[in-house]
Amino acid sequence: MDMEMHSGIVSPEGIWWKPAASQEKRWITIAFIWCLVLFGMMPFWHIKGGQNPSGIRTRVIEADYQARVDRFIKDYQVGTENGIPVVEPPAGSDVYLLGHMWEWTPVIKLKKGVEYTLHLSSVDVNHGFSLYPAKLNFQVIPGYDYGLKITPSIAGDFNIICNEFCGIGHHNMVGKIIVGESL
Amino acid sequence: MNAIADLFRKCPVTGLKVDKNAENLIKANAVVAVVFMLLGVIAAFGIVLTRWQAVHLLNAEWYYRLLTSHGLNMLIFFIIFFEMAVLYFAGPVLLNSRLPAPKLGWVSFGLMMLGAILVNVMVYSGKADVLFTSYPPLMADPLYYVGIILFAVGALIVCMLFMATLVAAKKDKTYPGSIPLVTFGALTATIIAIITLIHGALIYIPTLLWSLNLMKMDPEIYRLIFWALGHSSQQINVAAMVSIWYLLAGLTVGGVVLNEKISRVAFVLYILFISMASAHHLLVDPGMGSAWKIWNTSYAMYLAVLASMIHGFTVPAGIEIGQRLKGFVNTRFEWLSKAPWSDPGFSGMMLSLVIFGFMGGITGVTLGTEQINIIAHNTMRIPGHFHVTVVGGTALAFMAVTYYVLPLIFRKRVAFWGMAKVQPYFFGAGISVMAVGMILQGMYGIPRRHWDSSFAGSPFPVQFPDIVNLFQALMGIGGLLAAFGAVMFITIAVATVFFGKEMTADSIKNGESGIPQGVLKLSAQVHQGANVAAVHKEGAKGTMILVFIFLVAFILYFFVNWKILSSTWKVG
Ligand code: HEM
Ligand SMILES: [Cu+2]
Ligand SMILES: [Cu+2]
Repeated sequence: MDMEMHSGIVSPEGIWWKPAASQEKRWITIAFIWCLVLFGMMPFWHIKGGQNPSGIRTRVIEADYQARVDRFIKDYQVGTENGIPVVEPPAGSDVYLLGHMWEWTPVIKLKKGVEYTLHLSSVDVNHGFSLYPAKLNFQVIPGYDYGLKITPSIAGDFNIICNEFCGIGHHNMVGKIIVGESL
Repeated sequence: MNAIADLFRKCPVTGLKVDKNAENLIKANAVVAVVFMLLGVIAAFGIVLTRWQAVHLLNAEWYYRLLTSHGLNMLIFFIIFFEMAVLYFAGPVLLNSRLPAPKLGWVSFGLMMLGAILVNVMVYSGKADVLFTSYPPLMADPLYYVGIILFAVGALIVCMLFMATLVAAKKDKTYPGSIPLVTFGALTATIIAIITLIHGALIYIPTLLWSLNLMKMDPEIYRLIFWALGHSSQQINVAAMVSIWYLLAGLTVGGVVLNEKISRVAFVLYILFISMASAHHLLVDPGMGSAWKIWNTSYAMYLAVLASMIHGFTVPAGIEIGQRLKGFVNTRFEWLSKAPWSDPGFSGMMLSLVIFGFMGGITGVTLGTEQINIIAHNTMRIPGHFHVTVVGGTALAFMAVTYYVLPLIFRKRVAFWGMAKVQPYFFGAGISVMAVGMILQGMYGIPRRHWDSSFAGSPFPVQFPDIVNLFQALMGIGGLLAAFGAVMFITIAVATVFFGKEMTADSIKNGESGIPQGVLKLSAQVHQGANVAAVHKEGAKGTMILVFIFLVAFILYFFVNWKILSSTWKVG
């Protein structure tokens, strides 16, 4: 039996559309099954898992969002920290956080184990919502309201680090969420 | 007759006819690529020594400016200029063909140079502190966008020239049968490049108009189309890198193509799903819904990942079979232990394969999973990931192939040969250590693109655990090693091109230093006879084990990340 093999710089002559050998077939089959698992995990997690980036997503005019945040602060303000208003909304309510150069407004007090709808938007450039150390990261884009249902699972102080470049003050843009023990 | 002889020279090693115009364009593009790499490396020293908080070298303004410069000069200018050289090689040279319209080649080269210089002038004069992504509403000087557009138009012309070469070669019947696999791979890279550059026009022309106050720009639409350019262009890099793996496998050890059909279909898979690639940059964006995210981030059920897993098997298996045909048949791994590890073309190619596959591929697919992205988006895990794909993978493959381009195209003996032998190890190890340091920092929530992880100026103190200092040191030391590895490469390349000694038939015969073993004695590129069927039937037993180790690592990393995700707050 004669057989020819060549490297990748040789022009193959004749018909090269030939069946793969058994070893390649085995690997491709296994790899394909693994790809299906990779894919299947995502819909599966929407059904069974607790962390999804679905959210309630709407467009919003920047000035309207600013007004909504102002009202939110006016309604529920309980103090100030470093000149930033501290707000304690009722359990389970809608919470409005604003990213702007270079501050997260306001500081928000939440209760552990309670589900809130956290709205994120910006009135200038892109910002990055990165909740430390809870490992939640979302993109904050002007003109878009990202409403995420969140349930704090432990009490304590959490920082909001901006992790999208937003200009020269980017690295100073840190906000705060304070989670208190449940009711 | 004489005219034709003037146009071509015959390569004494491979016997290929080399079009002199193509050869000069290869030289020009490759040299310029290295110059832009140098700019990128200088910036790399600055940013890595700033991110390493214990050193914290630059002020904020210069950190962001050099970060912008590093992203552009490395990811765009170095990589794409080098790819232009690859196209002139895989087209005219490998096909034994003339280059149609060489003047156009020089026009496009000029456009690309002009664009790249303009962009650098804008960045270094502080008129484009927007990072390479330039997300609106952040705005750069209009000339910055003009520079990018000029560069892209130039690159598009080169892609068209490559296509024209295929047509010319077919018409002139310069090769028998079908185009070689390496050229086929370059063809897929070109097709992807054309699709990519069209997206580039779609986004940069409106952005230019927006910067001139002539139209509005939606920041989310920008992100969508920008990443259709930005990520598809990574697929160009992958296709070019894989083509180089096949090329070097052949040149260094006579690695074979196991099955032309399988390898070519895998390349085609890259093209089919390419436009979906922008999704995994938008997984935690408010603009799109989950169904869109899942379908697109997976490139329709991970068929492009499947393609990479196929090449990740067929390349090492082809090398194994090639080595076995040479007689390295003992044990499962003699083909590896007896491989030419001191040939930087071979070691660079193997390191690129391993780093890209084991580290880059596994981290990339995991980060690109819709929900896992929640714990990773814009943290240091992201630069950690792409420094083991486009740097440890693509850039290292480009370095490796340079050690063959220098003797075969420039006809020079590689300078500082002793240093060349260790350079891929320095660069590969450095970049891997740096990436591990970055990924571990990212696991603790350290942001990317961030000047001050001590948060000295922020209204609320942020305290990371002490272990993060160690990870930063890993990043710093690894980064310095890699940057020195890059400087070694640049030194070798420049010294060879401008001051290197001629490589003659005699120097090959005498086995003089500075000539890789694959050039000194080219391995058989075609194998025939009874032995071939026997070796083929035996199969690639060693590679089979390696890919299963890979699969286990993949599965572990993937599910560990789900585990970490499941322990955080509920969100939806
Ligand atoms: C030579 C060794 C290299 C070192 C030490 C290095 C180091 C770094 C560092 C420290 C960052 C900053 C991460 C951050 O602060 O967010 C970075 C970003 C980056 N690097 Fe490299 N790098 C190297 C080579 C390369 C190469 C060869 C490429 C591309 C081919 C590349 C592409 C990038 C890109 C695209 C970014 C992101 C820029 C941004 O976030 O805007 N790097 N690199
Ligand atoms: Cu910000
Ligand atoms: Cu920021």
